[in-house]
Amino acid sequence: MSSVTDSAPPAAAIPPADAPKRMLHFHVLRHDPQDPVSIPHFEVFELEEAPGMTLFIALNEIREQLDPSLAFDFVCRAGICGSCGMVVNGRPGLACRTLTQDLPAEISLAPLPAFELIADLSVNTGKWMRGMSERLETWVHSLGQEADLSRLEERMDPELADRIYELDRCIECGCCVAACGTARMREDFVGAVGLNKIARFALDPRDQRTDQDFYELVGNDDGVFGCMTLLGCHDVCPKQLPLQTQIAFLRRKMVKAGL
Amino acid sequence: MRVVYTDVLVIGGGLAGLRVAIGARRRGHDAIVLSLVPPKRSHSAAAQGGMQASLANVTKGQGDNEDVHFEDTVKGSDWGADQQVVRMFVNTAPKAVRELAAWGVPWSRVRQGDRQVIINGEKVTITERDAAHGLVAQRDFGGTRKWRTCYVSDGTGHAMLFAVGDRAIAEGIPVHERTEALALIHDGKRCYGAIVRDLITGEITAYVARATAIATGGAGRVYRVTTNAVICEGIGAALALETGIVPLGNMEAVQFHPTGIFPAGILVTEGCRGDGGLLRDASGHRFMPDYEPEKKELASRDVVSRRMEEHIRKGNAAKSRFGEHLWLDITLLGRKHIEHNLREVKEICQYFLGVDPADQWIPVRPAQHYTMGGVRTDHTGQTPALRGLFAAGEAACWDMHGFNRLGGNSVAETVVAGMIVGEFIADFVESPEGEIDIPTAVLREALAAERGKLDVLLKGSGSEQADTLKAEMQQTMTDNVGIFRTGADLQRAVDKLQELLVRSRNIGLRSRRDGPNPELVTAYRVQKMIKVALCVAQGALTRTESRGAHFREDFPRRNDAEWLRRTLATWSDPRATLPTLNYEALDVGRMELPPGWRGYGNKDYVDHPDTPQRAAEVAKLRETLGDAGRHSVQAALMPYEHLLPAGLRGRNERIDEKLPP
Repeated sequence: MSSVTDSAPPAAAIPPADAPKRMLHFHVLRHDPQDPVSIPHFEVFELEEAPGMTLFIALNEIREQLDPSLAFDFVCRAGICGSCGMVVNGRPGLACRTLTQDLPAEISLAPLPAFELIADLSVNTGKWMRGMSERLETWVHSLGQEADLSRLEERMDPELADRIYELDRCIECGCCVAACGTARMREDFVGAVGLNKIARFALDPRDQRTDQDFYELVGNDDGVFGCMTLLGCHDVCPKQLPLQTQIAFLRRKMVKAGL
Repeated sequence: MRVVYTDVLVIGGGLAGLRVAIGARRRGHDAIVLSLVPPKRSHSAAAQGGMQASLANVTKGQGDNEDVHFEDTVKGSDWGADQQVVRMFVNTAPKAVRELAAWGVPWSRVRQGDRQVIINGEKVTITERDAAHGLVAQRDFGGTRKWRTCYVSDGTGHAMLFAVGDRAIAEGIPVHERTEALALIHDGKRCYGAIVRDLITGEITAYVARATAIATGGAGRVYRVTTNAVICEGIGAALALETGIVPLGNMEAVQFHPTGIFPAGILVTEGCRGDGGLLRDASGHRFMPDYEPEKKELASRDVVSRRMEEHIRKGNAAKSRFGEHLWLDITLLGRKHIEHNLREVKEICQYFLGVDPADQWIPVRPAQHYTMGGVRTDHTGQTPALRGLFAAGEAACWDMHGFNRLGGNSVAETVVAGMIVGEFIADFVESPEGEIDIPTAVLREALAAERGKLDVLLKGSGSEQADTLKAEMQQTMTDNVGIFRTGADLQRAVDKLQELLVRSRNIGLRSRRDGPNPELVTAYRVQKMIKVALCVAQGALTRTESRGAHFREDFPRRNDAEWLRRTLATWSDPRATLPTLNYEALDVGRMELPPGWRGYGNKDYVDHPDTPQRAAEVAKLRETLGDAGRHSVQAALMPYEHLLPAGLRGRNERIDEKLPP
């Protein structure tokens, strides 16, 4: 029979069953800023590790079994919605797709810095991102009349569409802002997330803004000139966006526009 | 008393809700969107594979048009859909893709010339036309006769949601993030908005609106194994149900997606199979052609999921420590294709399974995926029972999916329904009916009622744990109201859920602060979710036939004679433990496509007595009109265009169907 019809099964995808069980200790930074007597502190929760355990599974188990008041955010639990950014053993990342098997038994969890704290591991990234979007006007600015929806769509070079999507993959999780030295010092810094968006719209011919228009938005120290090129953003981006290249590209472009 | 006023209140910040709000805003009305989470985190983002719209740009889509999309959708629905609504949808879908293109969605585009694709396991060379170069591309999906699914790599929903989310920001539409509607404000005839809880501070506020739209997505989380995000808990449906007068339609129609990764239930897109991926069993055998020789892996989702479970029951499953599963093999598509067009799939496999899908197979098993049922509305999105209340998207049942939805039709529905309902909601607000005159006493009482319920939970002495009730409900649904259903299992589910509902009236909290208290949220939601689950289970128990995704082993035939009817569940007595079921007949005499065989799945069904006559009428009309052109034939069979908002009427241009300049 042909290989299409029948084929040998691959090596087992699932790790062997006899891996030794570990006890994990989660050191979770707790604080409720609305509670006048709350003081930020680490609380330790102990759980037995299970096969395939992610931080999503572990935190829900802690909430169900140990402390129903523990606040954290998950939505898709599949690494695509950007809700669950937190600092895991000192590094910002998406908790839902972090497997405990890739971590030591002592795991520290803290909320993303640079965002308003709601409680425990929950931060208000949504408010920050909306503010950034309003400031940078992160939408296509088409100056002409609206498209006639009954007609063929405008053509676009397939390569260009792919390049725009590459930058459009940002999920606004906030990890880049949490990892950014400038964002810690300058409250209004737009972060790699903002700069990447400008790069994305600058690339998109449907957006009729000029380099000069973009310069007005990011040609200052709260924008592209505030970046100290520490590039923590690039290292932690869960979507592996080419942030380093985009910031460098944008800086050159903005220098030219500013001259 | 905290009161917020707006013209249009939209509950839910996913694609449907945002697009409704944009529609209303563009007509000059104020709109506020309530969202549990920042709107760009909504479950719409999870739609990976694409959106159906009959653009017919790619070679394999040539000849596609609204008629073909209509037939595929109605057959997919197993004739449960409202055919006029399907017509409205298929005519608007191309306009939606083009609107989104103008708003910045980076749709994958056609490249002229030869390319290699995998069809039925074989490498095939396709030549794309020069005339199509740079237009929006389409891929193959299940249950469709043409390649119709427009896509952005495999991040379609994400790209759409960000474009629409940013458009809402451009329009200055406020989104009240981290707020949750607890109840609708109404007087039994007219809806006046909602009582809303701030999930950060715990404060409750009356949002008063001339029109209110529910766009809260599906109810997947009433099941334990689901592809749905954790916020898809059916709360919007419950809000409507708890008015006591608004019915939920066809809640027993629940879709199971063939390829949830095992055991986490995270979705990998139908695009995997659309692009040529195969399903294999423990011994590596490709089994779908044995069951479905015509459509194979690309039959509709209900059929593929059933065949997979059937094959597992016959002892062909691969086994892991988590249980039994089958394999999805996309290795034949090649690394380049996977890393380009299926990159989310690759990431999911890498992070959650430690598998590289370019080299290894993906363990999969069907998982709950979609709620075909929802808040029953008319074609404008309004509920006939409660004026001023609208619903759109997965939360609604207007009813374009019937008993099974085609892949690529849900994310398409979100924006299409948003476009249509957004116009109708603006019409409503501008009409005399759109005025409201509500005494503050009504608001005060509505606020007090919700405050009272919260206080019972926060300060009461109940002994049941909310988490436990939720877990038992989810397990009950997954065990007994799944792909294969029997009267005995369903009765067991209904009994258990009734017990859980009673227990849910006695929840006690361990954590008693208001504000950001996840246990409190689980408590008041689970009370609502169990009611929604009961609508699903009781509807399934009562429907003694098999149709689309609803499959009864004890009644395996589709029975049009008795069951060409839509289930309507209402909950008139808050103390009741069961919904009241009523039925709404579908009129065969008005169908453009009279019931028949779907072209896949079971060929055995019982005809409706009116079907032969209508089939003859349709055949005769088609013959008489012959070469009058497809639009004239369609208009003669089942007029629908008058039902659309004026701005959305009219034909869609294609390469092969030019419109006059």
